[in-house]
Amino acid sequence: MSAGGLTVGMQTAPAAKRGRKFSPMVYLIAVVVGLLVLSLVRVLAGATDLTSAGTVQAAITAAVPIAMAALAGLWSERAGVINIGLEGMMVLGTFGAGYAGYQWGPWAGVAFGLLLGIFGGLLHAVATVTFGVDHIISGVAINLLAPAAALFLSKLYFANAPGGGQKQSPRVEDAAKVSIPGLADVLGDLEAKHWFFVSDLAGILRGLLTEVSLLSILAVLLIIGTAYVLWKTPFGLRLRSCGEHPIAAESLGVNVYKYKYYAVIGSGAFAGLGGAFLAISSGQFRDGQTGGRGFIGLAAMIFGNWRPGGLATGAGLFGYTDALALRGSTAVHALLLLLGIALVVVAVIQYRAGHNVLSGVAAAIGVLFGWWYFTSDEVPPELVGAAPYVVTLLVLALAAQKLRIPKAIGEIYRRGEGK
Amino acid sequence: MKRLTPRALLLGLAAPLGALVFAAGLCAVILLVTSHSPADTVDAMSTAAQRPRTLVNSLNTATTYYLAAVAVAVGFKMKLFNIGVDGQYRLAAMLSATLAGAAFMEGLPSFLRITMTIVAAMLVGAAWSGLAALLKVTRGVSEVISTIMLNAIATYLVSYLLNPARLAENVPGSNNISTRPINEGGQVTGITVEGSSSKIFGLLFLALAVGFLYWFVLSRTRFGFELKATGLSESAAVASGVSVKKMVVLSMLISGAIAGLVGMPQLLGSSYSYALDFPAGIGFTGIAVALLGRNHPVGMAVAALLWGFLDNTANSLDVAGIPREIVLIMQGVIVLSVVIAYELVRRYRVAAEQREVGRALGRTKALEEVSA
Repeated sequence: MSAGGLTVGMQTAPAAKRGRKFSPMVYLIAVVVGLLVLSLVRVLAGATDLTSAGTVQAAITAAVPIAMAALAGLWSERAGVINIGLEGMMVLGTFGAGYAGYQWGPWAGVAFGLLLGIFGGLLHAVATVTFGVDHIISGVAINLLAPAAALFLSKLYFANAPGGGQKQSPRVEDAAKVSIPGLADVLGDLEAKHWFFVSDLAGILRGLLTEVSLLSILAVLLIIGTAYVLWKTPFGLRLRSCGEHPIAAESLGVNVYKYKYYAVIGSGAFAGLGGAFLAISSGQFRDGQTGGRGFIGLAAMIFGNWRPGGLATGAGLFGYTDALALRGSTAVHALLLLLGIALVVVAVIQYRAGHNVLSGVAAAIGVLFGWWYFTSDEVPPELVGAAPYVVTLLVLALAAQKLRIPKAIGEIYRRGEGK
Repeated sequence: MKRLTPRALLLGLAAPLGALVFAAGLCAVILLVTSHSPADTVDAMSTAAQRPRTLVNSLNTATTYYLAAVAVAVGFKMKLFNIGVDGQYRLAAMLSATLAGAAFMEGLPSFLRITMTIVAAMLVGAAWSGLAALLKVTRGVSEVISTIMLNAIATYLVSYLLNPARLAENVPGSNNISTRPINEGGQVTGITVEGSSSKIFGLLFLALAVGFLYWFVLSRTRFGFELKATGLSESAAVASGVSVKKMVVLSMLISGAIAGLVGMPQLLGSSYSYALDFPAGIGFTGIAVALLGRNHPVGMAVAALLWGFLDNTANSLDVAGIPREIVLIMQGVIVLSVVIAYELVRRYRVAAEQREVGRALGRTKALEEVSA
């Protein structure tokens, strides 16, 4: 997958088997079944936090920066440019949000984070598209450069600001939060009853519909907007064609350099936004604040099979584990059971698809998680943080044949040198 | 073998030197814009450079960086990106520190203890990178992605194990947590330098040996040839009977084993235990050093020395009122501009070759016309 990297072991996707289109009904049933399982686990484990409004709100707050990073990855990789510099671009975004945010309010912070992110994206585009530097290398360099620059600037601008420090900005005001009026009390009452399914649904709805930050709403709009732009417009088609077969795109008159520039700069913009959202929702810029979220975003994108809906699901899941880790050990412990059940479901699906070995592996790991659940009382908090990464590795290992990576990803394209 | 003409030498040096000059220039501009004095910066750094202690520390840091760079370079040589050196060396250092500090080790002869520690570190590093290799050859998972994930998992695993309830203990008189300290029998004695309170790491020689082996294996053995061949053209390598899967597994394991060594000079030569403040992020520095040194055993040594020197002289900047991050910025700019510079030089070379060929062909044609 890396530039001109080894192709050994790569699975070639079976040629053009039309993907089954699931009807909305199937999705709805899946969601309901998922909720039922969740409520069941909640009752069995006595972990009310699994579906409480507080957890859902915390999950959204955690998921939004991850989703933005994933979206950033999507833009870039769909045009064939690997961007592991996401982490660095996010750092730039957090600094921008801290700098403008404490002086002129959260929305100025968002704008400034976006701008600095664009700068990071531009750097990556110049290196990879214009100069044809290996994508991974440029990304690593940006990840080295950006935190250093942010810390340098932080010492310069925040050290003497009121309430700031060498490694952190003064407080940034949070963006406004909105609720659908009249829902909070009704749902809150229902949630407090702890009825099977009904209270769970109420808790989740209360988390989703009340006290929602405008930033989260913006994030959802951006995901939908990306899906529209990349899949429903000529611009999006051309951009994606650069990631699948740039030489074919060139022969059809697409200016591949231009589209790659758009994509990578857009990628930087989203990463910057992700950083800005992170800084604003946690109230300030801090050195090391991103804590690998750029990489988790990349993981969410892979988990979501390079698609907007998928990456949103991935970001939601990872945000949810983050939130559970914050809520305490019972909730996290219940997560083991959930994971076990999920893996057994994967095993059944794989078995039906005829992948017996994979099915066996998934089932075995699933049973292990179940065994862990029943023989222990809590999960060490240090291990919870590793969950998104482990899940991503499992997805890659177990579902690799279902993943559709942009075909020309990581390749260095030079105009007029196509063969 | 390429002939070493003055022109080729000049072109080879143009890229790294150009990148250095560019980075220094850019940093000078940044300093000026932020109303610091570049002259003061250079002054502070060169004053620091005159202290023997700074030089010893630079050499020690460079030793560590060099090992990380070689670990990365083994992968690079066959177009395999081991981004995971970072996780591999931290996990390896932590676990081997636990082994080296264990009570039962104290009765063993010093040489055996040190060897066991180092071998354990290599095994742990290789095992962690082996996971990525396994995923690549069996499931086609990109090693870039899997090693990024494994880095993060290693971070959480280390923080899980480094807990007084598990493999670690509280350091008396501080809120640091570390593995059980290695007593004198398990340490590697350093070389004392006059005028410096710190010693040169004894394991400097290990790094030199690794560098020599790297050179020897790559340029003098069949394995090294196959490794480079796979990197240059996978299909050609397959056609000539190289098992690429085997090469991927072997080179990942070797890379991981060398990554396991990265923490050793520091662990056995100065800190004697793995604590919360054990140096992190060296894997990424290793990537930078390998790039700057173009995977060449001597080139990487020069790059590692430069990096170590910059790191250690930067400490003097905060005293002079200049944020030391300017040096980190400079390092980042060097990496990015050096890869761009290498690419520009490559393009220039290709263009020059084409011109030469064109000229030669033109001359033959002209001769033909004259003779006709």
